[in-house]
Amino acid sequence: MELLRFATAGSVDDGKSTLIGRLLYDSKSIFEDQLESIERTSLERGDAYVNLALLTDGLRAEREQGITIDVAYRYFATPKRKFIIADTPGHIQYTRNMVTGASTADLALILVDARKGVVEQSRRHAFLASLLGIPHLVLCINKMDLVDWSQERYEEIKAEFRSFAMKLDVHDLAFIPISALHGDNVVERSANMPWYEGSSLLHHLEEVHIASDRNLIDARFPVQYVIRPQDQGNHDLHDYRGYAGTVAGGVFKPGDEVVALPSGLTTTIEAIDSPNGPVAEAFAPMAVTLRLADDVDVSRGDMICRVRNRPHVGQDIDAMVCWMTTEGDLRPGQKLAIKHTTRWGRTLVKELQYRLDINTLHRDESADRLGLNEIGRVRLRTTVPLFFDPYRRNRATGSFVLVDEATNNTVGAGMILGPSGLD
Amino acid sequence: MTTPTTSTPPAPTYQLTHLQALEAEAIHIIREVAAEFERPVLLFSGGKDSAVMLHLAVKAFAPAKVPFPVMHVDTGHNFPEVIEFRDRRVADLGLRLVVASVQEAIDAGKVVEDTGPGASRNRLQTVPLLEAIEENGFDAVFGGARRDEEKARAKERVFSFRDEFGQWDPKNQRPELWNLYNGRHRKGEHIRVFPLSNWTELDIWQYIAAEGIELPSIYFAHSRRVFQRDGMWLAESPWVTLRDGEEVEERTVRFRTVGDATCTGAVESAATTVEEIIEEIAVTRVTERGATRADDRISEAGMEDRKREGYF
Repeated sequence: MELLRFATAGSVDDGKSTLIGRLLYDSKSIFEDQLESIERTSLERGDAYVNLALLTDGLRAEREQGITIDVAYRYFATPKRKFIIADTPGHIQYTRNMVTGASTADLALILVDARKGVVEQSRRHAFLASLLGIPHLVLCINKMDLVDWSQERYEEIKAEFRSFAMKLDVHDLAFIPISALHGDNVVERSANMPWYEGSSLLHHLEEVHIASDRNLIDARFPVQYVIRPQDQGNHDLHDYRGYAGTVAGGVFKPGDEVVALPSGLTTTIEAIDSPNGPVAEAFAPMAVTLRLADDVDVSRGDMICRVRNRPHVGQDIDAMVCWMTTEGDLRPGQKLAIKHTTRWGRTLVKELQYRLDINTLHRDESADRLGLNEIGRVRLRTTVPLFFDPYRRNRATGSFVLVDEATNNTVGAGMILGPSGLD
Repeated sequence: MTTPTTSTPPAPTYQLTHLQALEAEAIHIIREVAAEFERPVLLFSGGKDSAVMLHLAVKAFAPAKVPFPVMHVDTGHNFPEVIEFRDRRVADLGLRLVVASVQEAIDAGKVVEDTGPGASRNRLQTVPLLEAIEENGFDAVFGGARRDEEKARAKERVFSFRDEFGQWDPKNQRPELWNLYNGRHRKGEHIRVFPLSNWTELDIWQYIAAEGIELPSIYFAHSRRVFQRDGMWLAESPWVTLRDGEEVEERTVRFRTVGDATCTGAVESAATTVEEIIEEIAVTRVTERGATRADDRISEAGMEDRKREGYF
């Protein structure tokens, strides 16, 4: 059984929480006592019906305000797949939360209200999903019961969204007409919409092909930790030196000729140890330990890859950055810490090339800073070379975070476009 | 239900099963902490989640030993079977065990014990935990908490930043993107780390089955002297006072969680193997915490309140 991570976005009124509640409820992933608890709370709040949305609102402040203010992770499983939902708020002031939740998602589920159609928020969410490199998008057109289950309305919304999505880097786009409140097309196909020939949402989530989403071409192994039993006084294993890490791309096999960056020294892979013993192949996201034939000096932060397929090596990088803090803006001249794969360095923000209006996609080249939740294109100069790929090519070796050195907080999320000056 | 395995090598389609993916993610997190922190420690209560977490830590560093100690925050109200299991595991793996004792804290006057029939020592764990962290200079504390356990945990990060009072401010957590974890911290501060964040109760049991992980015997059906209170079966123990009308009887039960014996409930069950437990869970209608933790029933946001105070 595979694992699928998906991000949900939608505003308070679109019925997102109700939809998630229904997925959990209908797949029997919520329990009796949780249901009793929300029934009780619904009564106390004066709701006229069991508010499935209450299943997902956890923190006190949220329960009182009736909206979600953070990324919440929910879990459910069917016999076919295990699902992790990154439930994120829909308002523009929580863009950073959506960026966070979307960063590991295989699929983005975007909700629109059938009465309102494609609104600014839907476009914004689609854009963010595309920016974060989420390979699969599902647009759920909700509240179909309030538009008389109209096929015409559904087709209208579909066409409008499709024309917007043409501007984005979206590879797989599906549309499903649903009613989260009544359950139509959520788990079971809807009897109210016989004109709809596609799958229910759950069926789509179970069947969507995610195995090809990873980069299986470019072998990338960021060294995370060096395992040396002799350091603990174990002299039986005094020759053992293993480079542990999580495969970030491609496929590694024993016997492969590899190069270690930054040293450039080449060697071959002697063996690959997995959590369950030696393996013949290692691919993302396996956590393995590589043993090398030669005694090359490799440490944490280095990258092991194939001799003839190397990442970019450099200190000048162009990237899209989402600024995530209220404590100061991103500005040219600013110095920050940067973490890329297992490597820490420092970086200077050389230039802010433009701020992107994520509603209109307009580029403001006159912007001199990025504030909370804003996204822009920046040019960075790092103190140490990074071993990177464009984010489009590999989400693991194309991403980084920026850290404020005074507070240690994570202040920015970055997606690498490429080495500076290439376009 | 066929038990999924982790030991079959990944298929040539380059796909991992969900257990393999969760295992890889947890190992990545554990290794990242070992690399970026000076003095990690792993909380080991002998419960099933900490048993899985310890098993993962062993895998993360094999063939070397786990490079940090384990810690038990001991309420003193233990099932002897759990202590025996704890000690045996620690000895087998050659680990150093730090015990943070609630009893010692009570004796030293640092915490005051609740008395009366509903009393529990769970709430008292915070002080000895924080003291042990400070005395030993631990800067990263691994806990086996999962996000599916309770609503307040749904928003918890993997790396949970705490101040020197062990306090958690929901408004002050760092975003976690991709698999990049920012563990930078100041002296005196520590991070709580939850490698099992994305695991559900069912995942834990499936993994235990697939890996043949050993657990304390109380997890499996056995005969025990118990009494009914608040809709739960509580074990007869030296520390529990019976109320009027409560009668002890012998029942065949198992425990779904391990904790302070005075407030950890058992459920009636005939399940003696992990596979049988999984069957039971697949049809069960009551959550792990709801069935068996008396103190969680007190208030809906109870866990949130306790986390703000520094309890795990």
